[in-house]
Amino acid sequence: MTTLDASDDVVRARGVTKRFGDFDAVRGIDFTIRRGESFGFLGPNGAGKTSTMRMVSAVSTPTSGSLDIFGLDPASRGSEIRGRLGVVPQEDTFDLDLSLRLNLEMFGRYFDLPRRVIKERTGELLEFAHLSDRAEDKVDNLSGGMKRRLTIARALMNRPELLILDEPTTGLDPQARHLLWERLYRLKREGVTLIITTHYMDEAEQLCDRLVVMDHGRIVAEGAPADLITTHASREVLELRLGAEDHAALAPRLADLAERIEVLADRVLLYVDSADDTLASVHRAGWRPERALQRRSSLEDVFLRLTGRTLDE
Amino acid sequence: MGRVLPVLGSRRALHVVERNAMFYRNQWLMFASGFVEPLFYLLSIGIGLNHLVGTLDVGGRPVTYATFVAPGMLATSAMNGAIIDSVFNPFFRLKISHAYDSMLTTPLDVGDIALGEALWALARTGLYAVSFVGCMFALGDASSPLALLEIPGALATSFAFASLGLAACTYLRSWQDFDLITLFSLPLFLFSATFFPLSLYPRLLATLVWFSPLYQSATLLRGLNVGHLDPWMIPRLAYLCALGIIGLAIAARRFRRLLSP
Repeated sequence: MTTLDASDDVVRARGVTKRFGDFDAVRGIDFTIRRGESFGFLGPNGAGKTSTMRMVSAVSTPTSGSLDIFGLDPASRGSEIRGRLGVVPQEDTFDLDLSLRLNLEMFGRYFDLPRRVIKERTGELLEFAHLSDRAEDKVDNLSGGMKRRLTIARALMNRPELLILDEPTTGLDPQARHLLWERLYRLKREGVTLIITTHYMDEAEQLCDRLVVMDHGRIVAEGAPADLITTHASREVLELRLGAEDHAALAPRLADLAERIEVLADRVLLYVDSADDTLASVHRAGWRPERALQRRSSLEDVFLRLTGRTLDE
Repeated sequence: MGRVLPVLGSRRALHVVERNAMFYRNQWLMFASGFVEPLFYLLSIGIGLNHLVGTLDVGGRPVTYATFVAPGMLATSAMNGAIIDSVFNPFFRLKISHAYDSMLTTPLDVGDIALGEALWALARTGLYAVSFVGCMFALGDASSPLALLEIPGALATSFAFASLGLAACTYLRSWQDFDLITLFSLPLFLFSATFFPLSLYPRLLATLVWFSPLYQSATLLRGLNVGHLDPWMIPRLAYLCALGIIGLAIAARRFRRLLSP
C-alpha cells in the first residue's frame, strides 16, 4: 500500500481552485504539508477552509490546479487515499439506525479490516472516547460533546497516517477541548500528520506547527504561529474603550501613540512595543479611557491585520 | 465488477449490503413480515375472487383466476419491496441522518453506495420472491417447474424499480414529497393489467400500459407461471434490465452531485 515517495510531503497543492456554479470557494491556493507535522487552516466562516478540507479528504475534486495526497492523484486513486486517512468533518454524522458499537464496527468494515481487528479496535476506541458504558445506545441519545468524541474515535478506526479535523472543538466545553487537545498531542507524538481548521486562535497556537491564514478563498499568510505574530503584529497591544463617542473620529488623534492602530466598533487597538509605556502616554495626553486592556499580540491580531476583519465577523 | 462497471460501483458495494443486513439483524420481526405478505396477497384476492370470476386465458390455456392473478401479485410485491428499500431508507441516509457523508470518508465511493443499496433491495425482494413462489406452489396457483423462473423474473423487476427508486429519492426534498412516489406507484399497480388481461383495456390506454414496467413484469411472470414460453419474454426481460441500468446510472450521477460536488 505505502508508496515510495522520495519526499516526505503528505499533501502538495499547487494552484488549486474549487468552483460551485458561479461561486469561487477556493481561488488558487498552494501549500505543502510534511509528514508528522500539524498544519492549520485559519480563517473566518466562508473563507474556503471546508471546501479545501473536502478536497484534501479526497471527497471532492479540485476544479483546477494540481493536488497530490501521499503522492497520489485523488481524482483517480480516491479510494486508496481515503483508506489511509481519518476525517473528522465539521458536522457529526452517524448511522442513526445503529448503536455506537455497530457504528464503529461497520466503519471498520468499510475499510475492509478483518473482523477480529475491528472487535479489538472498537473496544479501544470506545475507551478512548470515554463511551464504553454507552456502547449499546443509539447515537441519537448522546450529548454534543459525546458525539464529537465518537466522530474522532471513528476517524481513528483505520489507524490513519493523516488525520483531518474540521473545526474539531466547536461546541465543546473548555474541559472537553483540553481533553481533545491532549489526545491530539498523543497522536502527533505517535507520528500521525494532523490537518486542523479552526477559528479559535488559542487552538491554532496550541496545536499547529505551521498554519496558513485563508480569506475569501485565498491564502493570505503562511508560517509558524510565533513567526506570523512577529512578522504581522507588534509585540504588545493596548486595547482602549473610550466611551460612547465615535471611535473612528478619535482614531487620527491616537495614531501618533502607536506603530499602527485598528479601529473596531467598540474599541481601538494600539499596536506597540510596550503597552505599559503607551498607556502612560495616553493618560499624559489627557485621555480618560473607560477601560484599558494590555496584552501580547496574538494570531487574532495577525488576522485583523491581513484581512481587516476580526475572526468572528 | 469494478472493471466492467466502474461508474456503477465496485465490490465494496457489498459492505453497504452488509450494513443493511446488520440493521435488520435486530429488526427480525420487520424482516419476517415480508415472508407473510404473499399469503395476504394470495388469500385475499386470489381465493376471494376465484369463485366470482371464471377461467381466463393465458398463452392459449384456460386457468383459474387465482392462477391468473398470483404472478401479478408477485410482480407488485417485487415492485413495492424495491420502492421501500430504495426510496425511504436511502432518503433518510441521504438527507436526514447524512450517514452517506460519513461513509464517503472511507474507501467507499458514491457509486458503491448506489449499487450497494440496489443490491440490498434485490437481495431482500429476492428472498421474499422465493417465499412467494413457494406459497403459490403450496396453494396450487403454480404447477409448472418453469414457475421457478419467476424468481429471477421478480429479481429483474426489483432491479428496475430499485434503481429508478434510488434515482427518484435524490429528487425528493422532504417527507411530504413521498406522496409523489405513491402518485406514481398506485396507478401503476391499478393499471398494469395485474388484475385482468390487457385485452379488456380501451385501445389507447392499452398502448400506454404497454410501457409500464409492472405490466411487462406481470406478463412475463404469468407466462412462466403456466409454463408457456414465448419469444416476447426476451424483450420484456431486456426492458426491465435496461430500466435498471439506466436508473442506477442516473442514481450514481445524482448521488455524486449531492454528496461529492
